[in-house]
Amino acid sequence: MTTPQAVAEAAAALELEAIRAQFPALHQEVHGKPLVYLDNAATTQKPRAVIDAVRHFYERDCSNVHRGVHLLSQRATVAYERARTTVRNHLGAADSREIVFTRSTTEGINLVASSFVRPRLEAGDEVLISAMEHHSNIVPWQLLCEERGAHLKVIPIDDDGDIMLSEYEELLSDRTRIVGIVHVSNALGTVNPVREMIAAAHARGIPVLVDGAQSVPHRAVDVQDLDCDFFVFSGHKVYGPTGIGALYGKREHLLEMVPYQGGGDMILSVSFEGTTFNDPPHRFEAGTPNIEGAIGLAAALDYVNSVGLDAIAAHEARLLADATAAVLAIPGTRLVGAARRRASAVSFVMEGVHPHDIGTILDSEGIAVRAGHHCAQPVMKRYGVSATVRASFGLYNTDSEVGALANGLTKVREVFG
Amino acid sequence: MSDMRELYQEIILDHNKKPRNCYVMDCATRSADGHNPLCGDIVKVYLRIEDGIIEEISFQGEGCAICTASTSLMTESVKGKSVLEVREIFEGFHDMLTGVAAEQGVEMGKLQVFEGVREYPVRVKCATLAWHTLNAAMDGTDDEKVSTE
Repeated sequence: MTTPQAVAEAAAALELEAIRAQFPALHQEVHGKPLVYLDNAATTQKPRAVIDAVRHFYERDCSNVHRGVHLLSQRATVAYERARTTVRNHLGAADSREIVFTRSTTEGINLVASSFVRPRLEAGDEVLISAMEHHSNIVPWQLLCEERGAHLKVIPIDDDGDIMLSEYEELLSDRTRIVGIVHVSNALGTVNPVREMIAAAHARGIPVLVDGAQSVPHRAVDVQDLDCDFFVFSGHKVYGPTGIGALYGKREHLLEMVPYQGGGDMILSVSFEGTTFNDPPHRFEAGTPNIEGAIGLAAALDYVNSVGLDAIAAHEARLLADATAAVLAIPGTRLVGAARRRASAVSFVMEGVHPHDIGTILDSEGIAVRAGHHCAQPVMKRYGVSATVRASFGLYNTDSEVGALANGLTKVREVFG
Repeated sequence: MSDMRELYQEIILDHNKKPRNCYVMDCATRSADGHNPLCGDIVKVYLRIEDGIIEEISFQGEGCAICTASTSLMTESVKGKSVLEVREIFEGFHDMLTGVAAEQGVEMGKLQVFEGVREYPVRVKCATLAWHTLNAAMDGTDDEKVSTE
């Protein structure tokens, strides 16, 4: 007898099969085993739509943008600027001119540090970040603070991996020039209450940058609802190409910001006496941009939206819950990060077995996970570990892959006793 | 799975669980710190060298099974040997991990258990970190720092 529930499950499974068919790289064997790709927080595999979009650009439209009167250049320019509109729509920004294409999340943060914060940062001022930041949201601020004689302040996190909000409010001072906060932690999976944190900062007139590298792939983001001043993310973690990312900045900020790099495309006129800079976003896109990257990123966002971010979030939440239970069922495992709200990643350690050994044994079973400090060494230090194993999920992962992870971890126990 | 048993041989698992010569040496004449920034493995090697002979060797550190067992087995294999002999052993060990020694048939004794690491290029540094650190300690006067990156 077929129950309605069984029908629904079959439909869901069928959909997943169709989704997986769109990702060529998933269909391969590693070490003689089917690939189980659980390293999506590091980077995601690419759907056919993205590969085709990049290929189409090179086969048909390859030309430079914003120059040249010929047809190919016009087509390239239209595609590039259309990609900007796609990013704008995806983030819910008010104006396409608020979207700057970058190389990555890292470059977006460096751009804001350099062009927005540097001119207003004086000795004794403060930059406020959290204890769970990725190195990319630590080091640019450290460099800047050192240069300016300013102080880098750190919001503490509790044992579960949640931001300590009352401490945060106390750290917001009249010397705080910016708050940089990660939306979803790559190392712990914590989903931070950025909307509330932004409101608290704004109540004191402090602008906020949100690192969305790990949130954009997994949930709908609306920058106007968040009311963040800046929002940065990378294309490759949301099924797009590497080497492309985007920065959202409120128009009023971008207009008053100094250029990041000098070069072509970011100017209106140049003479040896001086240069008139172009308006945002072009002011911040010196040189020939990553045209195919932007086009590929737009294709990736279109793809994600065609599947539906709410459906993706629900699917990944279920995988995460199952994987967390599977990990904890292995003797001697301990979660690193058990925040109230987590997304997409389970980070853990196993007593008596180093994460790198776990990574090697899982790899021999065809399972790709991250083993290491996740470019978040202060987080590792906070929890008294040098490294963790992290399994992170994407829209194409399946229940049977969670099962493979559980079996792989059982094998680790067999080898190490 | 059988591959994994070749990599993680009993002797490696044993030395990982119960590392030998793992203590801080107060009377060390030389020491050096080793660090693999890629994976976070750290090791400190202490030496007491008298008349060119390694009379005592110990270590402290934190790393994966390959790193810990390699360091532990290294301390056993170099104790009582001259600096010159140790450098030769390191050369043979390094060659074994990079695939040269098999052709030459160099006898590595207990250290032969690390031969399987050769099949895992990203783990070779785990096995050699201790040796690089030992080398630095033998070279330097005190508190040398090495990195495998």
